[in-house]
Amino acid sequence: MSQAVLDKLKERFGTAILETSSSFGDETAVVEPSQWKSVCTFLREDPALDFDMPVDLCAVDYPNRAPRLEVVMHLYSVPLRHRIRLKARVGDEDANGAELDSVTAIWPGMNWLERETWDMSGVRFRGHPDLRRILMYPEFEGHPLQRTYPADRTQPLVAYRTEGEAGMPLGKLEPFGPDEGMPFGRDALPRSEES
Amino acid sequence: MGDVTHSMTLDASEQGFATTRVDALLGWARKYSLFSYPFVTACCGMEFMALTSPRFDVARFGAEAPRFSPRQADLLWVVGTISQRQGPVLKRIYEQMMEPKWVFAFGTCASSGGFYDNYTTVPGIDKIIPVDVYIPGCPPRPEGVLDGLMLLQDKIARNERRPGVVKPRFDPAHSADNLVHLRRSARDPRDLVPELKKEEAEAERIANGGTS
Repeated sequence: MSQAVLDKLKERFGTAILETSSSFGDETAVVEPSQWKSVCTFLREDPALDFDMPVDLCAVDYPNRAPRLEVVMHLYSVPLRHRIRLKARVGDEDANGAELDSVTAIWPGMNWLERETWDMSGVRFRGHPDLRRILMYPEFEGHPLQRTYPADRTQPLVAYRTEGEAGMPLGKLEPFGPDEGMPFGRDALPRSEES
Repeated sequence: MGDVTHSMTLDASEQGFATTRVDALLGWARKYSLFSYPFVTACCGMEFMALTSPRFDVARFGAEAPRFSPRQADLLWVVGTISQRQGPVLKRIYEQMMEPKWVFAFGTCASSGGFYDNYTTVPGIDKIIPVDVYIPGCPPRPEGVLDGLMLLQDKIARNERRPGVVKPRFDPAHSADNLVHLRRSARDPRDLVPELKKEEAEAERIANGGTS
């Protein structure tokens, strides 16, 4: 459907478009990371492309690949009704040095999406006006959607109560135990003494 | 009006007073005048709305008045998932409430973190603040919540501070014998349904060219 977009990209950028593919009407172009911003500028400003809507931005972690993180961007053109998916592969095998140019100047709506990608996956966007965490808190260490983040690691902001402070075990209760963790029953109510 | 079958004379009431212990009287008074602070964060809030609206009508239990200041409330409803980021907020709300105060863990997420066993979520609000009654369910049915409310009223009346958990009315783990197990029969289904044999013969005849 938007094969014309891919053709135009390849004609304009040549070898900076590393791969193209299309399946089920979704056209994808893998872009050389250094050309990320110029490709985006071209997609926004060329009147035959006119991608005016930034749909989504995220990153995928492939732990066994050499550029480990793959940034995925979806764009849509409201007037021309076509869409495209752009990808860029960044970072070494430890996901260090994952950097990409910010496209906030082209689509202001990419601001929070780039912050989310930084927060969750650890891709740094050069030239972003305000690259802070957006979902997690500033005290949080690491990037939780990287595959190397331990699945059971939590970073509480409030110190948990100890069992001594609580005066009771704080582990998860056994399901369907005989008392369901309840040390008394409603039948144990002291009866009034009128009888 | 039915007939009066028995009557009871309260000696003291004829004189205009009744005797009781002060803490029992206080507990009796408190349990029907709970002022709620709803701390609603997630989908369990829909059940909370059902609970407070006329069909289930929490007003029958004297707990219908929401106070949107923790200073005026004595019952904290923690309804829904508490993320790590909300932990300090919840703790501060709890600390601002006046004694005596009680806490409901409404639903599985507030009770134990539920299936959010990862970096985002507090694994049960009892890791941060004390809980009086746990109401399991995802979400709990309003009847279960009312069970929990009555449990809390019992606790208040008896000045009991140990936590309680609402029991399921039907416990599937104890009723495994009543479950029906479905298995594939060892018998040939064509013996049971003769039409299958006829259809098979017809299909074979057509496959062989429709002759004979």
